[in-house]
Amino acid sequence: MLEVERLTTRYGSISALRSVSISVGAGEVIGIIGSNGAGKTTLLNTVAGLLKPAGGRVELDGSDVTGWTPDRMLQAGVALVPEHRRIFTDLTVAENLRIGGVTVPTRERSSLLDEMVELFPVLGARHQTSAGYLSGGEAQQLAIARALMSKPRLLMMDEPSLGLAPVLVEVVFDLLATLRDRGRTLLVVEQNATRMLEVADRAYVLRSGEVVASGTGPELAASENLFDTFVGGRDSSSNGQGAQA
Amino acid sequence: MTELVQNIADGLGRGSIYALLALGVAVVFGVMHLLNFAHGELITVSGYAAYWAFITGWSWYLIAPLVVVVAIATSIAIEQVAFRWVRNAPDFTLLLTSFGVHFLIEAAFFMYVSAAVRSFDRPDWITKTFDVGGINFEVFDVVVIAVTLVTLGLTTLLLQRTMFGLSLRAAAEDFDTARLMGVRSDRVIRGAFALSGALAGIAAIFWLMRAGQTTPGAGLTPMLKGVLAALIGGLGSLRGAVMGGFALGLAEVLLRSRLPDSIAGLTDGVVFALIALLFIFRPQGFVTVAHAERV
Repeated sequence: MLEVERLTTRYGSISALRSVSISVGAGEVIGIIGSNGAGKTTLLNTVAGLLKPAGGRVELDGSDVTGWTPDRMLQAGVALVPEHRRIFTDLTVAENLRIGGVTVPTRERSSLLDEMVELFPVLGARHQTSAGYLSGGEAQQLAIARALMSKPRLLMMDEPSLGLAPVLVEVVFDLLATLRDRGRTLLVVEQNATRMLEVADRAYVLRSGEVVASGTGPELAASENLFDTFVGGRDSSSNGQGAQA
Repeated sequence: MTELVQNIADGLGRGSIYALLALGVAVVFGVMHLLNFAHGELITVSGYAAYWAFITGWSWYLIAPLVVVVAIATSIAIEQVAFRWVRNAPDFTLLLTSFGVHFLIEAAFFMYVSAAVRSFDRPDWITKTFDVGGINFEVFDVVVIAVTLVTLGLTTLLLQRTMFGLSLRAAAEDFDTARLMGVRSDRVIRGAFALSGALAGIAAIFWLMRAGQTTPGAGLTPMLKGVLAALIGGLGSLRGAVMGGFALGLAEVLLRSRLPDSIAGLTDGVVFALIALLFIFRPQGFVTVAHAERV
């Protein structure tokens, strides 16, 4: 579905991504893991069209979509749940969902809203609440639901568990598992490597803007060296939320 | 007491025009982080369109919608010709561009039209008054306040109930995220300028009716009032802009009527001193705007 070939992105003279190549197949859940500053967010933002690549190519279903604007990428079926959720706190929950469906024909929007309320019951209960009053977990669910309102074929998420309490982290990963089981194609940037590898079909490890390893979840999870060197060590605590890089 | 009520009505009438101008400034600031010092030029261009229509024999009933249409078209044209090319530039560049547009339009009218004052008849009814319980009200004030309230109501409906309004509010809070949702930056910015032009156009109708004339520099005072009211209300807040407009109108009228005759000419200076005082204690204006990101 998505092919990223030798993608390079720069902030001024600094290369944040250096010739990164990844692929995402339809129905796959792909994880991008790595420490802070590895280029994970830059990768998603470049694919989503928020950043212009300095080199390389992004293909969606065989078509060249390199440098497309975010609204064009969304219409092509690629949605991004940005880092820190970035829900519209001045809008209500319902309005956030409606704006998520801005590219969807009006007649489809209400059925999508019903679908989101079924998938995220907490949002249904707080429909008219200002989004600024939501807890971190609720806000994350709203951010994901808002992105799903555009009926994306590929949903990209940037650090969905960032800043959440442990119990809410579990809620987010359960949600990822639910979306995976429903056949959604996901590309997820996550620092919680252990949990991500449990959910992902495959993952890429980024370091200093380069892909330094890739493989299936079990392959990467089995590599102690990889965790120690590139992700920052593994926590063997029983709650399974260690391995934070 | 009677005089106070009359002053308040007069202040609300004046403040209504300021509120419309400030709201237009705030709408554009919300989506572009641009403090548009060229906003008054919408009144300049509309004023010359009104003058042309007047000498051609049009009545005010036809001139009024013409003024609004010209203001909308001018606003969109200014965005397309000037601001479109500096959308992603630093705030200071945007500010300088708006100054440039202001001076360019003023100079163009000086050079290619005339520096002379162009006068036109004002409608008969604007000087009429009516009596309620011994208090004299100007018909003009009542009409301005009523039209402003209807305009604000319609603007609220537009912003709350339509997808365009929702897109505008989302873009004003976080433009990048709004773009990620599929909001088209071109469309929302053009829409913001069109809305800003419509609000300026309605304000221009009453401004021109009261002034009965236009000059190449006619846009300067309304621009200052609109920008000032938007700053008083809290730059970026639409509600604040309306509040700022009414507060400025009321302050001007009440001060002018209360200050001794010997210093009545200093009313504007006193108003500015009060505004400076407000900013010392509340630099963010009446309404605190949480998000000040460029959109």
